[in-house]
Amino acid sequence: MAEELRIVLRHLGKIDPMNIDDYLKAGGYQALKKARGMSPMDVIEEVKKSGLRGRGGAGFSTGQKWLFAHRMEADEKYVVCNADEGEPGTYKDRVIMENDPHSVLEGMAICAHAIGASKGYIYCRGEYPDLAKTLKNAVDQAKDKGVLGHFDIEVRLGAGAYVCGEETALIESLEGQRGEPRYRPPYPPVSGLWQKPTIVNNVETFANIAPIIEKGSAWFAGIGAAKFPGTKVLTLTGDVKNRTFIEVPTDTTIRDVIFEFGQGIAGNKKFKAVQIGGTSGGFIPETLLDTPIDFDSMRQTGATLGSGAVFVLDQDRDIVDVVTRITQFFEHESCGKCAPCREGTMRMRRIMEKINTGHGNKKDIALLERLGRVMAGACLCGLGQAAPTPVITTINNFSTDYETRLV
Amino acid sequence: MMDYKEIISPYASLEGGIIEAFHAVQAKMNYLPEEAIIATAEVFKIPVKEAYGVATFYSYFSITPRGKNIIRICESAPCHIAGAQEVVDALEKELGIKMGETTPDGKFTLEFAQCVGQCQETPVITINGKPYGGVSPESIPQILGEYK
Repeated sequence: MAEELRIVLRHLGKIDPMNIDDYLKAGGYQALKKARGMSPMDVIEEVKKSGLRGRGGAGFSTGQKWLFAHRMEADEKYVVCNADEGEPGTYKDRVIMENDPHSVLEGMAICAHAIGASKGYIYCRGEYPDLAKTLKNAVDQAKDKGVLGHFDIEVRLGAGAYVCGEETALIESLEGQRGEPRYRPPYPPVSGLWQKPTIVNNVETFANIAPIIEKGSAWFAGIGAAKFPGTKVLTLTGDVKNRTFIEVPTDTTIRDVIFEFGQGIAGNKKFKAVQIGGTSGGFIPETLLDTPIDFDSMRQTGATLGSGAVFVLDQDRDIVDVVTRITQFFEHESCGKCAPCREGTMRMRRIMEKINTGHGNKKDIALLERLGRVMAGACLCGLGQAAPTPVITTINNFSTDYETRLV
Repeated sequence: MMDYKEIISPYASLEGGIIEAFHAVQAKMNYLPEEAIIATAEVFKIPVKEAYGVATFYSYFSITPRGKNIIRICESAPCHIAGAQEVVDALEKELGIKMGETTPDGKFTLEFAQCVGQCQETPVITINGKPYGGVSPESIPQILGEYK
C-alpha cells in the first residue's frame, strides 16, 4: 500500500497557523538561522544538489534559478511567492498556506539570503481574501519576533486573472498593470519586478526549502523519483470516492493516486480518464495509469504534472462536452496580448462547440490538430501554448468519443 | 458623493498599489465607478486610460453597478461535471434574473466565476467571497436566506 509522505504539509493539524510560537516550538525558523550561517553560494549549492524543481508546473531547477539571480549585480532584488493558483481543480497552495504560512515565509527568507534580496512579495489570488489575512498575520508576527531580520515581506491580493499565474504576468500585476505576460528573455532572475533581478517561486517550492536546509540535500534527493525528487501535493476531484488532498513521493503511480488514495471510482463505476495538472493538462487513458507522477515520466506520455490537480472521469462522462467547457475557459482567460492565443482559443472553442452539438466533421478534427500545433509553437506564454493540450490528448486517447459525434 | 481620494490615498505610497486601491473602493461600492477610476489615476499619477485598462482587465473588478451581495458560480470543469448548470438554473429561478444580472431591489448579482480553489466539494458558489461547497439546487433557498 502506497503511503503519504508529508514534507510541505509537515505541520498540518499540528500547529496553530495563527500563532508563530507554535511554529517556533516545532523547530521553525531554525533552517533560516542555519542558512544565514552559510554563504549564499553554499545555500544555492545545497538547494541545487537536492534536485528540487519548481512545483508550479514548469519543473525548472530551483537552485539553478536562484543562481541566475545571485550572479546579478543590482541595488535591489526581489523574492516573489506565486500564490496565484488558478488551475481549476487545484487548491494545494491554499492548504499549505492556511495550515502553515510560516513555512512559506521561511523559504522566502532563505531565498532572499541566497540571492541577496531585502524585499519579498506574496501574490495571493483574489479568490482567497481570508488567506491573505492569515498571511498578513504571519508576516506581522514574524516581524514582531524579528525572525525575518532585514527581509521585508508584503502580501498583495490579485483580482481574478488566471494568466497572472504566469510569472511575468504576475510581475506586471504586482507593478499595478494589466497582467499581460512579457516577452522573454530577459527572464525574471535577470530582469523582473521593476526591472530588478527577481525570483518567482511557487508556494509549494518555498515550503520545501526549510526542510532541505535542515535535513540536507542528500535526504531530499533520496525521496521519490531520481530526477524529480521529493513529494507532490495533489488535489483529487471529479469521480473519485475520496475527494481530498494528499502529499506523496514523486515516484507514486497515477493508479495508486486514484485507486489507493482516491479509493477508486465513485458509484461502482469504471474509470474512463484522468486529467492531471489542472485544466491545461492532458487526459490520460487507463493504459497509462502505471506512469509515475514525476514531471519527466508524465511528459513522456504527452501529459503533465503541472499543479498536481487530479481530475477523474468515470465511464459515463462525456469527454467531448468536458473538453468543450475547458475551451470556453481558455477563451475567457486569454489575456489577448498575442494573436495566436486570442484568436486561437476562440477558434478552438467554436470548433469544439460545433462538434459537441453534433455538427462537426472529420475536417474539424484535422483543423483542431493543426491549430493546436500552431498555438503550442506560436503563443507568447504557457497559457496559449498549453491550451490545446486537453483537446489534442483527448483526440489522441479518446478518438471514439469524437468519432461518434461527427456527421 | 463619496470622496474616493480619501479611500485611495493610503495606497498611493505603495509601489504598484493601484490594484489594492481598487480593492478598497470595491469593498465600499461593490464596483468601480467612473469617478473612482479617474480619482485613482490622479492619485497614482497615471493616464486615466491606463487606470481604466487595469480596472477592466481583472474579473474581480466591475465597472458597472452590482448588487449588495455578489453570487459567483464556478463553471470550471470539476464543478461543471458536478452539476453547476443545475445550480445556475436554481439560482436564476429563485432570484428571477439571468446570469450577469442584478435583482431590481439591488440585493443580488449573479456572476460566473472560474475556479475558486474550493474543489474538495463541488459544485462551488461564493457569496461575497465566502465559499459554499457541495451546493445542490435544493440547498439554494436556504443559502440565499442568510442574505435576504
